[in-house]
Amino acid sequence: MKEYICIICPRGCHLTVDEENDYAVTGNGCLRGVAYGREEAMHPTRVVTSSVRVRSEKYPRCPVKTDLAIAKSDVAKAMLLLDGVELVPPVHRGDIVIASLFCGEANFVATRDIDE
Amino acid sequence: MSVVETNGKQTVLDGMVAIEMLDKYELIVIGGGPAGLSAALSAREHGLKRILIVERDVDLGGILNQCIHNGFGLHYFGEELTGPEYAAKFVDRLEGQSIDVLCDAMVLEIIPGEDGHVLRLMSMEAGYCTVRSRAIVLAMGCRERTRGAIQIPGTRAAGIFTAGTAQRYVNIEGYMVGRRVIILGSGDIGLIMARRMVLEGAKVLACVEIMPYPGGLARNIVQCLQDFDVPLYLSHTITKIEGKERVEKVTVQEVNDRFEPIEGTEKVFDVDTVLLSVGLIPENELSHVAGVEMDAKTSGPIVFENGETSIPGIFACGNVLHVHDLVDFVTTESEGAGRAAAEYVLRQEDTTHVRMCENESYISLVIDESVAYTVPQRIRVLRIDDGVRVFFRVKAPHKTPKRIVFRDGERIVASFRRPYMTPGEMEHVTLQRAELDNVSGNELLISVEEIR
Amino acid sequence: MFDVAIIGAGVVGCAVAYELSQYELRVALIEKENDVAMGASRANTAIIHGGYDPEPHTMMGKLNVEGMHRCFELCEELDVEHKKTGSWVVAFDEEQRVTLQMLLVQGIANGCEGLDILEGDVVRLQEPNLSDEIVAALWVPESGVLNPWEFALAMAEVAVRNGVIFMPNTDVRDLSWREDHYEMGARVVCSGDETTIRARHVINAAGVESDRIHNMVAPPAFEIVPTRGEYYILDGTAAGHVVRSVVFPCPTRAGKGVTISPTIHGDYLVGPNAEVIDDRTDTSVTRSALLDIADKARRVVPDLDLRTSIRNFAGVRSNSTYGDFFIEKSATNFIDLAAIKSPGLTCAPAIARVARKMLCEEGIPMERRVLWRGGRRVIRFKEIPEEERAAFVRAHPLYGRVICRCETITEGEIVAAMKREIPPVSIDGVKRRAGTGMGRCQGGFCGPRVLEIIARESGRDPLCIEEDGCGSFMLIGETKDPTCREI
Repeated sequence: MKEYICIICPRGCHLTVDEENDYAVTGNGCLRGVAYGREEAMHPTRVVTSSVRVRSEKYPRCPVKTDLAIAKSDVAKAMLLLDGVELVPPVHRGDIVIASLFCGEANFVATRDIDE
Repeated sequence: MSVVETNGKQTVLDGMVAIEMLDKYELIVIGGGPAGLSAALSAREHGLKRILIVERDVDLGGILNQCIHNGFGLHYFGEELTGPEYAAKFVDRLEGQSIDVLCDAMVLEIIPGEDGHVLRLMSMEAGYCTVRSRAIVLAMGCRERTRGAIQIPGTRAAGIFTAGTAQRYVNIEGYMVGRRVIILGSGDIGLIMARRMVLEGAKVLACVEIMPYPGGLARNIVQCLQDFDVPLYLSHTITKIEGKERVEKVTVQEVNDRFEPIEGTEKVFDVDTVLLSVGLIPENELSHVAGVEMDAKTSGPIVFENGETSIPGIFACGNVLHVHDLVDFVTTESEGAGRAAAEYVLRQEDTTHVRMCENESYISLVIDESVAYTVPQRIRVLRIDDGVRVFFRVKAPHKTPKRIVFRDGERIVASFRRPYMTPGEMEHVTLQRAELDNVSGNELLISVEEIR
Repeated sequence: MFDVAIIGAGVVGCAVAYELSQYELRVALIEKENDVAMGASRANTAIIHGGYDPEPHTMMGKLNVEGMHRCFELCEELDVEHKKTGSWVVAFDEEQRVTLQMLLVQGIANGCEGLDILEGDVVRLQEPNLSDEIVAALWVPESGVLNPWEFALAMAEVAVRNGVIFMPNTDVRDLSWREDHYEMGARVVCSGDETTIRARHVINAAGVESDRIHNMVAPPAFEIVPTRGEYYILDGTAAGHVVRSVVFPCPTRAGKGVTISPTIHGDYLVGPNAEVIDDRTDTSVTRSALLDIADKARRVVPDLDLRTSIRNFAGVRSNSTYGDFFIEKSATNFIDLAAIKSPGLTCAPAIARVARKMLCEEGIPMERRVLWRGGRRVIRFKEIPEEERAAFVRAHPLYGRVICRCETITEGEIVAAMKREIPPVSIDGVKRRAGTGMGRCQGGFCGPRVLEIIARESGRDPLCIEEDGCGSFMLIGETKDPTCREI
């Protein structure tokens, strides 16, 4: 049994997910809670945001994000990859900063333009 | 020399010319964050041609530039964006709109006048200018409550930051503000910073909230605290900060229902950093000086249904009006204010109309002790097309379904059911014109009631 | 070899440095902290006292009125923010009314002018927020408020301009007389290096540490009783009008009591309490004292809204077992200006004159410095008249960029402060000089920008910039640097 707080709406239902019993969800106020609870229990994912070094006088850091949610268990490892990055302007929103994280589909991309 | 940015291109002007140039505006928007950008774009869309945005930072976007996390735009754009991406969507739209932008500039004073309002503003490039505008949109945002405001005992050691200041250091400037962190207050910025600090390698030992319920969104409690096993202590507060040069130790205590520390509940944390997320206050010093009528409950201006303040032609929107938890609502609210400012300017040619408006009657929205505030506070029924959206916050959490009731004396004008409400999440309902037309008094009382 | 070494750069040390800089002397101003006015001189009630409070036979009584006049003169000459507000001492009953009469007599003996006792109703015409329970008040027209740290700094700046050597971060550890001079062993704070300073004459202006310095060269004669006072600063905009003048309760043996006063920045100061403490450096604020101050202040101004507080702070006063200022020649060429408690800030310029006369008596040659350059001007954007602002900003563009929004302090003012005789080294050093971060947001917005300007103007690494005293670093490193991680 695993317990979660549903974050789909402000109500914050306390969900219980039974892994032994085909990930059955209880405690949900609506059906969206079932989907959320199963997903969290089976393969939780998160979008990771951070910032990386830029060679710029005006903007020492450029914000980045993963363009897809990655496995929650990979978040810390993904963060470490950013240590070695230094971007050179111009940087554009959506530019790939690190491609195919852990050989998957997700990339770290820049989330703002830095021209100088 | 003065640089006024027009169409994204910089026009370099002599100082004196700039003042003349600056004197031509129909609308000046004070603040280039999400509220100001939306208001300016909306005013442009509704027919104004001479608009200036004054922004105090070097870039447009306001606080969104340092909110590099995702979660913005779900309501408005139907997709999850980071703060800089959300801001960029609006900055991009300025392109080709002939809206002038003056960044790194500060409005020092607003002097309201019958024949347009006068602003004194200043920047290194534009110098010190006196500018006239038909209409003004106040979109200055808010600031954070400080340690002094909540009177935390202890030393004056370094290492005590408001969460937003720490966010700027970490996200924009690229500096770490500490290694071992405790967070006071469970407001959203504090929760977001808990996650940011952990991801950047700090240890966050606890988040401490004086109220018996969290201040921020449930989503942030889960994804910023629970994901990283940061304990949340409800009904607790920091009662002592120790450390000579830098913070060394913090004492946390449970509080009773009068928020007084309970003896014997002390927990000591070895930390070098305290982040404060203990509330936001609309930044209304300019509004005060202008003489705009204020609401003590929101700490923002009292506004009519279209965002107009007590001074005709001065509008307010976004966090300067009341503190929002979702930027999407800032955007829609500000679009309304921008549109209203445009209508105000375009109707001004019709002087008889203006005179009529001055004596226009309105309904005041009043609240009982179950509601913290409403925006707008006043509704001019004749000005409403179909309906008017009313934002409010409840005072205490309601875990069971309740109804929001609008009463004209004894008579119920409108009633709305809500399955769950909490002070941390702003609520809104829409009152229909037809419902308002039937109001006989000049007050509507709003309250949260049991469902019978 | 210095002619005179002043130990302690609080307001007394700075006043002595200012006085001596007018003579052809080699003077050192030695301070253990990284700036001037880091002790009681910066954390006090910021009042220029009228002179009715000390007993006439004491040094305090003898120097107060002279010091008060000299304070106002110096504030004018050195462009220190100040205001002659006048002050009230309020009485809640007939017994306290008798105290007022006693204070009036005492004030006249000390040389105060214009003192008057007014009935409660008359007082409330002037100060409508005062309690209805107040039956009478003593009016002291000549007193006022000032910016205490700027006062000390201004005097020190003029002194440095005229050759006085300011030695910050220098903690005097031992002091001994060597035939014709003193040798001082000092530790350089932060680096830990040892250094030796030699001077023919030593002046002890070490404030809360003045008994320890005294005991290095003379048998114990007094003992400092460190007394902490805590305060609130209320936001002037949010609090609305509170009082026009300084309002004191009737003084008791414990001190002048919880005062409510306007500050020169348009805010209000409420405090202090008086608590004897062991650790002379303990400037913490406590919940119990703040609650106590709130109760006492509300007795005087019942509607006082302490939720408008923007900052609490505490200062440690140099009360002593001696009961008066200890101003004595305690050893060969060694002058104590010790145990300077309230009204020490007001008396400082008068104390400095006494010190100069005492040095004269020790036989030090006092020749007027021929090219002494006095005076001081500070440009404060807020004070520039409306009609001159456009031209001024055109000529000085840095004054067109507002850094501190709450107090409207411009980059020009910060850069000017960085270029004066004693440049600030910390964020609070800039705050004390330019006024940044004094307001509602308490540096939340301007802190990062001030840090950047200090780094740029002084060529230092932003990571090395302190919030206040030595070692109070703001930042611990850079993001994306694995060495800055805890986990």
